[in-house]
Amino acid sequence: MKRTIFSNQLLPWLLLAPQLAITFIFFLWPAGQAIWQSFLREDAFGIKTSFVGLANFRALVDSPEYMNSLQVTAVFAVSVTLLSMGVSLLMAVSVDRMLRSSRIYTTLLVWPYAVAPAVAGILWWFIFNPTIGVLPYALDLIGYDWNHIQNPNQAMGLVVIASAWKQISYNFLFFVAGLQAIPASLREAAAIDGAGPIRRFFDITFPLLSPTTFFLLVVNIVYAMFDTFGVIDATTEGGPAQATNIMVYKVYFDGFVGQNIGSSAAQSVVLMLLVIALTVVQFRWVEKKVEY
Amino acid sequence: MNRLITASAVALVASLSAAHAKTDIQWWHAMGGELGAKLEEIVKGFNDSQDDYNVIPSYKGTYPETMTAAIAAFRAKEQPAIVQVFEVGTGTMMAAEGAIVPVYQLMQDNDVQFDQNAFLPAVVGYYTDTDGNMLSMPFNSSTPILYYNKDVFEKAGLDPEQPPKTWGEMEEFSKKIMESGAASCGFTTGWISWIQTENFSAWHNQPIGTNQNGFGGLDSELTVNGPAQVQHWTTLKKWADEGIFKYGGPVGGDNAPPMFYSQECAMIMNSSASRAGVMANAQDFEVGFGMLPYYDDIEGAPQNSIIGGATLWVLSGKSDEEYAGTAKFFEYLSSPEVQADWHQFSGYLPITQAAYDLGKEQNYYSENPGAEVGLQQITLNAPTENSKGLRFGNYVQIRGIIDEEFEQLLSGAKDAQGALDGVVERGNKLIQEFAAQNQ
Repeated sequence: MKRTIFSNQLLPWLLLAPQLAITFIFFLWPAGQAIWQSFLREDAFGIKTSFVGLANFRALVDSPEYMNSLQVTAVFAVSVTLLSMGVSLLMAVSVDRMLRSSRIYTTLLVWPYAVAPAVAGILWWFIFNPTIGVLPYALDLIGYDWNHIQNPNQAMGLVVIASAWKQISYNFLFFVAGLQAIPASLREAAAIDGAGPIRRFFDITFPLLSPTTFFLLVVNIVYAMFDTFGVIDATTEGGPAQATNIMVYKVYFDGFVGQNIGSSAAQSVVLMLLVIALTVVQFRWVEKKVEY
Repeated sequence: MNRLITASAVALVASLSAAHAKTDIQWWHAMGGELGAKLEEIVKGFNDSQDDYNVIPSYKGTYPETMTAAIAAFRAKEQPAIVQVFEVGTGTMMAAEGAIVPVYQLMQDNDVQFDQNAFLPAVVGYYTDTDGNMLSMPFNSSTPILYYNKDVFEKAGLDPEQPPKTWGEMEEFSKKIMESGAASCGFTTGWISWIQTENFSAWHNQPIGTNQNGFGGLDSELTVNGPAQVQHWTTLKKWADEGIFKYGGPVGGDNAPPMFYSQECAMIMNSSASRAGVMANAQDFEVGFGMLPYYDDIEGAPQNSIIGGATLWVLSGKSDEEYAGTAKFFEYLSSPEVQADWHQFSGYLPITQAAYDLGKEQNYYSENPGAEVGLQQITLNAPTENSKGLRFGNYVQIRGIIDEEFEQLLSGAKDAQGALDGVVERGNKLIQEFAAQNQ
């Protein structure tokens, strides 16, 4: 590879300046503020401020609500990832086997991706609403009582379905692209050797798809943990009894509704560490170690 | 960069001198839709009535959003002169001593005639300090009342003109209604926290916290796990299991009104300010109104109900002219004509006796049944220490805790005593945290 050598020391910095400015203003500065705030105890108006060291973090560790939120986030992220990736893989494989109409299906399946999370949340809120929703009515006919306002498991089910539904399109596109990159000759050779469709999928297609799968795994976990605020806010608002209070929602609630800025900042610092860890996994491990 | 700053400073000065004739007063509020339009009409009335001041209302979203916006603006020194804050934010606003100008002081400093005795004690009491001085200007206050379906009552063989008075009658009527098949559920309610806990306690003259329900200082503790509250929550759980009572969800209970409108539940307890909404949605049946039920075996009940809603707080750091204008504006807002108009349009309570009397003179209450129930309820008795209101730090979150513990009661994870003990224990932690932040 040819290396570009700048004779002028200033020029590379000048060329980088716009990007650096954006990074500084929109990432480093607010992140720095959050870190600084996480060490402070402050009233809402910022009149009385005192430095309390790690007290905000210690309070988090001691808080059963925060531990619950960690657990809820883990269950939620894993469920959303499995559901959305499972369903989209199934759809992608089906489309891949289609000869003619696959274009139309692909187009239709991409639509939910264009729906904003809040709108998706409202949509599912209507469908699942215990009083006026279609689904509880249908479930009632077969004798099942749906009331996610009281039942924590049903509430979790609702937010998982709503969040996974939104991400299916995205996963589907990547899976379709990944499937099309697998040479047909490999599968044909296996077919000639007598392997059935299921055997061919698990022995040939799925392993060859692993780069896409690992990439989507990280993307989906990040999505479930950080991008589902709108869905939660529009459907359950973290309830009932904190059963769907994921970490991102708790940051918002404690900070913006509860005006407890120190604790909220400490929670966002924890989230920041999580993102950094996921990014490291993505770059160091997934992108380098997965064999093509 | 420097040039840009200079240029914008020049532009700013230019715009200030252009507006010199009138002093602008920013008012951030949380009234959307028709209420917002009415609010703007009221403001226009003030702006047109004089030449010195120009009040500029801006809608900032929900109550929490408006409060957060004002606090963020205060930190950035861009705060409005007036901000509308919901009642549970009172503790936070009050504790922010350097950030607010108490209304009684604002009126004094600007020599605006202001007689606190003209206000309804149950409304103003919520927003006064321990010496009885008014800290913020009540704007939209409401209190929970009982709405019931007269048609269902008739079908069940009950007198449609007699709402249940006690919780015993609530149970009796509900059972009759369900057995007769007139409706499948007896009653539902909005606001487990505000109605079935805070108002329940005030209505039965029971404390929910030490230090006069938190009015006395930051070092207060919750005592909401008393025998009366435990009795009520235990009964609600029993009724929920029997299908007599249906839970409408946390916070305001968004799912409760549809249950009443669809005639699934025969009765609902909700804010007096939702009267207009109830009338608009109850297309197929007649609505009756009643006071909140009480337990006749608890001494001191019924006492008086407490209010909810929002008040206007004046923030510090503005110019003397702006404060003079704000004082004038508050005088205008509390005039009987403006108050009666706002009250009759919105369903919120009038804040002065004069506005109440004006409504009576206009025959408003005889023409609009149910519009007076809330007023009768808050003025039923002179407020006691237990029924003046409440004031705790971090109360927005404590309300959330009340919902969560109630949900644990409903799911069977806790009994009423355990759930209310949970409210006290978790709530006290938040109150202590707030006290530490404000020391």
